[in-house]
Amino acid sequence: MQTQELKNIASQVRRDILRQVHACQSGHPGGSLGCTDLLVELYFNSMKLATDAQGKVVFNMSGANEDIFYLSNGHISPLIYSVLARRGYFPVQELKTFRQLNSRLQGHPTPHEHLEGIRIASGSLGQGLSVAIGTAQAKKLSKDTSTVFCLMGDGEQNEGQVWEAAMYAPHHQVDNLIAFIDENGQQIDGPTAKVMNNRDLEAKYKAFGWQVLRMNGNDMEEVQATVAKAKSMLSQGSPIMVLMHTEMGAGVDFMMGSHKWHGVAPNDQQLADALAQLNETLGDY
Amino acid sequence: MKFTYETKKDTRSGFGAGMEYLSQNNPKVVALCADLIGSLKLEGFIKNSPDRFFQTGIAEANMIGISAGLAVGGYIPYATTFANFGTGRVYDQIRQSVAYSGKNVKICCSHAGLTLGEDGATHQILEDIGLMKMLPGMVVINPCDYNQTKAATIAIADYDGPVYLRFGRPVVPVFTPENQKFEIGKAIHLIEGTDVTILATGHLVWEAIQAAEILEEKGIKADVLNIHTIKPLDTDAILTSISKTSCVVTAEEHQINGGLGDSVAQFLALNRPTPQEFVGVNDSFGESGKPADLMEKYGLNAAAIVEKSMKVIARK
Repeated sequence: MQTQELKNIASQVRRDILRQVHACQSGHPGGSLGCTDLLVELYFNSMKLATDAQGKVVFNMSGANEDIFYLSNGHISPLIYSVLARRGYFPVQELKTFRQLNSRLQGHPTPHEHLEGIRIASGSLGQGLSVAIGTAQAKKLSKDTSTVFCLMGDGEQNEGQVWEAAMYAPHHQVDNLIAFIDENGQQIDGPTAKVMNNRDLEAKYKAFGWQVLRMNGNDMEEVQATVAKAKSMLSQGSPIMVLMHTEMGAGVDFMMGSHKWHGVAPNDQQLADALAQLNETLGDY
Repeated sequence: MKFTYETKKDTRSGFGAGMEYLSQNNPKVVALCADLIGSLKLEGFIKNSPDRFFQTGIAEANMIGISAGLAVGGYIPYATTFANFGTGRVYDQIRQSVAYSGKNVKICCSHAGLTLGEDGATHQILEDIGLMKMLPGMVVINPCDYNQTKAATIAIADYDGPVYLRFGRPVVPVFTPENQKFEIGKAIHLIEGTDVTILATGHLVWEAIQAAEILEEKGIKADVLNIHTIKPLDTDAILTSISKTSCVVTAEEHQINGGLGDSVAQFLALNRPTPQEFVGVNDSFGESGKPADLMEKYGLNAAAIVEKSMKVIARK
């Protein structure tokens, strides 16, 4: 897909994120906006997804012979919900139910409510990379050559389980896995450097045996090029980690550059100000 | 019916035998272990199916997550370690990635309870049944001997959903039939009686049989059931027995809080209030010692079941 088309979709997804969070006055807009470009790129360009004869995406829990994405930092749920809906997994109108009673769009994603596109619950941090590794190994056992993708947060790197998984994947040569870390430098209590310094994640993952790439996660051309490069490095005996620098709140000027918008919903005026900065490219739900 | 045995074996070896069977008979079963292959008796499975075994190292949280991921891919993962590390240590991983996510993962743990012996309370988890049964949708099974553990290990592969299978380290009498059919949630009626119901699980089932023999010498007829599945509980079998005896003793190698007895009491309070006594650990940690000595000190043997039976009969 052309870069401009992806950018147009990303603009609509950012609108969806803001409108979901505004409607229920809860949720996490900051990280959702920051990771929008990556998820749009993966779901609309790089990932090989199962489709029916008409080209419409079809959801199978096993994800056999298709690429699979796991969101480990589940609090950016408005992003994955928008991307899945816009990609055709469920009706876009369902975004109206985000975080409401009896909704399939829970505060954090879960397969418990049978929402198409979600294979694992996430929200309690640090678990997604392990799950991604398990599915990658299942694919290898089944001689399935498709790829597993996983996104984590940088604050999430505080969790010990992440490093158990980081040690395991190279040891078992899980080389059909591309993981991303959203390095926005922010977590709830402030900058990651102050709350719990991750220091040099590139050096750490390299020392654990990963191939490591870097990219600006808010530059669609660079995201496309880096994901393509990461795919070219598959099947070489090592898992691949992409350290993705993003701006929390990317796309909305007053939400960028601070952790203030990690888990705060915009009010009516703030929503209007934010939407004025984002083109309605696919039609609001 | 008189129960006898020819050999004593550890229930974990029953698990190993079940896994060896599955290695040859169910290509979807995969096994994971956190650096305890010998303790879990997985050598047979690994020898037959090395590609379907995943060594995780001493990293149980990661093991649970990887199991959930393998389950997404259509496999039936058996995640194995000691009960303390496979439940309490990784509760949130089981809760979110397995139970809430509805993944077909079998958490299979050895060295449950006091009978792991000399290693002491750090390893003697007595809360695992409670932890696991509280999770919505989790099946909890605690078989009583080698043959039953083997049968349960094989049977849970055919059940689609998360299961906690609990077994142990010491050798105990093998008194149930070889190649028995294991039905999840179906209690087994062992001894017919009308004076007191004894509901036992795991290693306490043999003790319950011994207790029934002692009681019979006193002229008391105990109705003894093997409750190998704590969740879902076979409430029909329990009601049938209680309707004959009108009193019950539960027996388990677990805390009284949160165990089998707790499930039975909750069911009876709602459906048929019944005098009940509990054989279990009473809100304390264990300690180092020989298994039999520990079971005696903490009141988890036939003598304790007899004592509680006399007490509950007097309360009728």
